[in-house]
Amino acid sequence: MSTATKFKTLKDIPKEEYIAPGNTMCAGCGGILAVRIFHKALGPNVAWVNAAGCMTISVSYPLSPLKSNWLYTAFASAPAGAQGIRDALDVLMAKGKLQKSEDLKVVVVTGDGAAYDIGFQSTAGAIQRDLDFYYLCYDNEAYGNTGFQMSSSTPYASSSKTTPVTAAYPYGNTGRKKDLFEAWRAMKAPYVATLSNSHGVDFLRKVEKGEGIRGPKLYIDFAACPTGWGFDPKYSIEVEKLAVQTGVWPLKESVDGVVRHTYVPRALTPVREYLRTQERYGHLFKPVEKPEAIATIQRSVNDYWAKVAAEESTQATPAPA
Amino acid sequence: MRPELMTGNRAAAAAAKLARVDYVPAYPITPQTEIIETIADWAREGTMDAKFVQLESEHSMMTAAGAAALTGARVFTATSSQGLLYAMEMLYNISGWRAPMVLMNVSRALAAPIVLEPDHNDVLSARDSGFLQLHSETCQEVADLVLLAYRVAEDKRVMLPAIVNLDGFYLSFTREKVSLPEQAEVDRFLPPYDPPHPIRATRPVSKGSAVMEGYLYSYFRYNMHAAALRAKEAFSEAARDFQDLFGRAYGPVEGYRLDDAEYVLVMSNSFTTLGRQAVNRVREQGVKAGLLKLRMVRPFPTEEVAALLKGRKVDAVFDQNLSPGLGGILYPEIAASLYHVRDRPGALLPVVGGLGGKQLTSDEMCQVFERMRGVDVGGERPEPMFLMRDEELTKAERAVATAGVHG
Repeated sequence: MSTATKFKTLKDIPKEEYIAPGNTMCAGCGGILAVRIFHKALGPNVAWVNAAGCMTISVSYPLSPLKSNWLYTAFASAPAGAQGIRDALDVLMAKGKLQKSEDLKVVVVTGDGAAYDIGFQSTAGAIQRDLDFYYLCYDNEAYGNTGFQMSSSTPYASSSKTTPVTAAYPYGNTGRKKDLFEAWRAMKAPYVATLSNSHGVDFLRKVEKGEGIRGPKLYIDFAACPTGWGFDPKYSIEVEKLAVQTGVWPLKESVDGVVRHTYVPRALTPVREYLRTQERYGHLFKPVEKPEAIATIQRSVNDYWAKVAAEESTQATPAPA
Repeated sequence: MRPELMTGNRAAAAAAKLARVDYVPAYPITPQTEIIETIADWAREGTMDAKFVQLESEHSMMTAAGAAALTGARVFTATSSQGLLYAMEMLYNISGWRAPMVLMNVSRALAAPIVLEPDHNDVLSARDSGFLQLHSETCQEVADLVLLAYRVAEDKRVMLPAIVNLDGFYLSFTREKVSLPEQAEVDRFLPPYDPPHPIRATRPVSKGSAVMEGYLYSYFRYNMHAAALRAKEAFSEAARDFQDLFGRAYGPVEGYRLDDAEYVLVMSNSFTTLGRQAVNRVREQGVKAGLLKLRMVRPFPTEEVAALLKGRKVDAVFDQNLSPGLGGILYPEIAASLYHVRDRPGALLPVVGGLGGKQLTSDEMCQVFERMRGVDVGGERPEPMFLMRDEELTKAERAVATAGVHG
């Protein structure tokens, strides 16, 4: 990034913690890690607005791991909850009923089920109204809290509880992952970015950049889910890093509609290396490898990066399909 | 102030303005839309100091409403029918958040088939939501009940949201004389909203926290129930202040010619006016008729209903709603209020009518009294009445014939 930033290396990650240790999330949860980093970048004055999902359970009466405000709304309408808080703060400050020092950064935090599926409409509404808020989607590519069912974020060939692998469906999920980044960008959100917890400096800079922009600032964090994806929690960051290195999870941002990739792998690691780390793709390797499905995924990744190369004059060497 | 002619919708908007609401999230639906259009005008002209925002659905509208109330804004909004059902999930949330606000419901019957005119299946679908409910008979009542609803909802003993109901078309688009109170007097009646634990930077709070145990859930739900019951006391106190300031008296129920009445008809909302006419007509024929209007539906005025219905020969409950497979929705609530009364009425006649705004005549209401007088007291349970005039039935059958029957 060319603009001035206070985040140059991982050593610049703020030391302040806004989430107490010992919360109720699974070991290795990418979602809570994203909330932790996001909060560090934003500082203390935050109102989190949540939709139903894993994170909902993290604030279980009478406890909260957060040092900031929290509102659980409903599955479909967290962005509308953000609208209510933002509008109330604005009108109360305008009427002199509330000091400016009480102002808050309003942040929607949901999983992909809310962001990609049931809350898509309310997010579109908030974007259209140019609501000044942040949206942090921790994307673990399925309905994790209910036990890992397919969402419209679930990638092709991932198994899930509702796209099980059978003789008739040897690859699990037959659908494609919805391109939420492009959907949000198409609605003219001024800032849209993808994040990975494995790339902390990139993450922090994007939140920092959003702070300078009025209106909807929307983030999709690739949130490793050891419980749902099936891998040892100690490898969460490694799995996320592999998603970036294989090009499966591109790190990018859109400022007023102009897309720029903030990290371009020099040569893509074969997707096979990433897929084989997780049991949700286990059927692609056991009992026998299914090279045609793996090749399909590799081709779609290569196609994506070929398009990026054409549009942004960057180059990621494709991996063999 | 001198009375002026206005629709029920305009009376609702005017009362919201007098209540100095801070925030109006909105979404259009017939027959409510005039309320939000009026407020949109005033907010943009600057004659009403409130933020008006149009959302993309009633579900989002109510989410924004509740969240703003939790942040300390006084919130007002309106819906009807399908809109109320679309937002229903949020009604339960907002009451669970203990976020006071006022929602106008302009009654309209529910699809399918889709229709524009009123009955009360919409508002009564919210009867278990934790919202307080006040129902109006006249446009004056619409304005007054909005002010009373804020006082009760924001009372620290209560802290629950409220619905004020008015019938679509019959009140929403009908101009009646309304005396709007002076702003200074309303300010004396209704102090600024002062929530105990708003969402704030200096004192962060958790709202809508999950509870993972049934005992905690039960604890909070019982609390809500107790708070809703305390709304009766809060309402009585507010109504006393209201009468002192504005001269109009409001109770949770309202009796009409009850003193010596032997036959009492229970009604609510705008058709009550027709019920009163029928009482007068049958009284002229020597029938000791009376009427009991339900103004407060939640909390349910059990004691008041029991006190005013006991000792009568026959009472009837007019339900402008239908729970298929049961009958009227309010009938069992009235019956339950009377069960433990020693001197309970000889019979309780169920009457269903006015569905989808089907017009009622005072003739039909007189027939209800006729039927009450014919009930075999102490005998079989009376058969329910489903009101439909002969010419209406003929017209309906003609429409069915026109649509044709195939197969």
